[in-house]
Amino acid sequence: MSSAQTSLAFEQPILELEGQIRVLEQSVDRPPEVEERLRHLRRELGDVIKQVYSNLTPWQTVEVARHKDRPYSSDYLSLAFDEFMEMHGDKHFGDDRAVLTGFAKIDRYKVLVVGQQKGRTVKERAACNFGCPQPEGYRKAMAKMRMAAKYRLPIITFIDTPGAYPGVGAEERGQALVIAQSMFEMSRLETPIICVVIGEGGSGGALGIGVGDRVAMLQHSYYSVISPEGCAGILWKSRGYREQAAQALRFTSADLLRFRVIDAILDEPAGGAHRDHHTMAARLKQYLVRQLRELVGQPVDQLIAARYEKFRRMGVFLEQATTGTA
Amino acid sequence: MAQTESKAPGSGKRPKRGVPEGLWQKCPGCRSTIYIKEAQALLGVCPKCNYHFYVPALERIRQVLDEGTFEEWDANLRPTDPLEFKDQKAYRDRLVSEQKRTGLTDAVITGCGMIRARRVAFGVTDSAFIMGSMGSVVGERLTRLVERATAENLPLIIVSGSGGGARMHEGILSLMQMAKVSAALAKYDSAGGLFISVLTNPTMGGVAASFASLGDVIFAEPKALIGFAGPRTIKETIRIELPKGFQTSEFLLEHGYIDRIVTRDKLKSEIARVIDYCGK
Repeated sequence: MSSAQTSLAFEQPILELEGQIRVLEQSVDRPPEVEERLRHLRRELGDVIKQVYSNLTPWQTVEVARHKDRPYSSDYLSLAFDEFMEMHGDKHFGDDRAVLTGFAKIDRYKVLVVGQQKGRTVKERAACNFGCPQPEGYRKAMAKMRMAAKYRLPIITFIDTPGAYPGVGAEERGQALVIAQSMFEMSRLETPIICVVIGEGGSGGALGIGVGDRVAMLQHSYYSVISPEGCAGILWKSRGYREQAAQALRFTSADLLRFRVIDAILDEPAGGAHRDHHTMAARLKQYLVRQLRELVGQPVDQLIAARYEKFRRMGVFLEQATTGTA
Repeated sequence: MAQTESKAPGSGKRPKRGVPEGLWQKCPGCRSTIYIKEAQALLGVCPKCNYHFYVPALERIRQVLDEGTFEEWDANLRPTDPLEFKDQKAYRDRLVSEQKRTGLTDAVITGCGMIRARRVAFGVTDSAFIMGSMGSVVGERLTRLVERATAENLPLIIVSGSGGGARMHEGILSLMQMAKVSAALAKYDSAGGLFISVLTNPTMGGVAASFASLGDVIFAEPKALIGFAGPRTIKETIRIELPKGFQTSEFLLEHGYIDRIVTRDKLKSEIARVIDYCGK
């Protein structure tokens, strides 16, 4: 499971400068030489942030994606949307807090939002199961998405999970089945679907709400078949090899764009989304509204055919000229 | 991801010391030494405890389809190494050694054939090839199989066996195969197709969380390990002992996720009966 990072080692030079600036800013009456020093420090900070963040390793990207201050679904719901009316429960077993669902307004559009939610405080994190949905979360998402399709409300999903929860109850209540059904249903839902990976795109648990007409990633999020720790444990026989695994798995936004698995990368503010929620939310909103403008009003059969083709072409293999028979 | 041993009577892959190779084998179910010829006559089932051994894909085809009716599709697809993935071994080299060891080009064989004179689209994954994991070739062959079954209005049978689900070495492209095959199955479903999914030991992870769970009818062989998260992962996460029989076919039957547990000797006839009931 993910562990929330309080401060990232590679951010140390940034944090030190930020600390110095904070101290100077606190003095009420600032003589000109302090003002000059502040200007200098701010410039330096800008340079250092740019330098550190343009060279993130894949593992560092994972650390940023898991940062405790990174904006979560709930943050975007309050910053990028005009209204959110939560709709609870899967009408089957429970109300999984790791998945938020409900009606929302953005620009002139009424939409349905499905967002995986991690929670920030200890109490919230426990309630949200650290963003690991139980089968109820996927059942709830499916039920609300079906309702949205019935009324032709576009669907926006925010992906942010270390993975679907691995537990006895989850297995008893059909974790594998609900993820399969969710992809199956999303592929033919008669309404536009936009999916954005905002933090962690943890394997099947992410893809379970990730089948749409548009799939985008925030710049420093990651989207992977398995966590770097899990991969290291299996292939290197030790979770300590997580950095090597992170390198090998090619799961950054740039990698996924290159593999044509995603359509767009949303640039993060300097130093990552956790430094500036407002700017990130504004960029996210701009992206969502632009996509909604393109998708809403498209004939539904055309939409679904294009969605099918989008996933249909994914994969890399060789096709030999001679057709062999058994 | 879970890993279970793949042992085939007579496969000769794991010779036992002190025992003439390929004659006797210890049953993983009851630990008794069994005569391999006898188990083979029972389609790879232990004569003492009914344990269902691993069956290679080609042998499964012989068991389920009418003799000589199988025609392979998309055999010309080959895996490649889009990530240039390297752990302790390069994926490129791993593919070559797995192909040599198993005689397969990848972890699935697809095609068409007859089941008691009923024409069907048929796919079978082989858990011996990189744990039966779903890379791009597995996803593509299965998707083409489903699409062709849709176009030709054929009943679809997929026998799953996969210890790992997704194939880490193909990264995100492997994960996306889950969506690709599931979307193809949704189209097949909309067209009124009949999909019978047969789960064998083991069916885990991304395979369980995609096509294997999407059957209109789901059969499982007895005592197969079936689930989303591997037992070891669950144990490490929740740190309690797992209940007895957890994630077995019987466990899934009890919780309502599979339609029937079917022993290997009945598999062919039960598939034929379902096809008849559904008028396909």
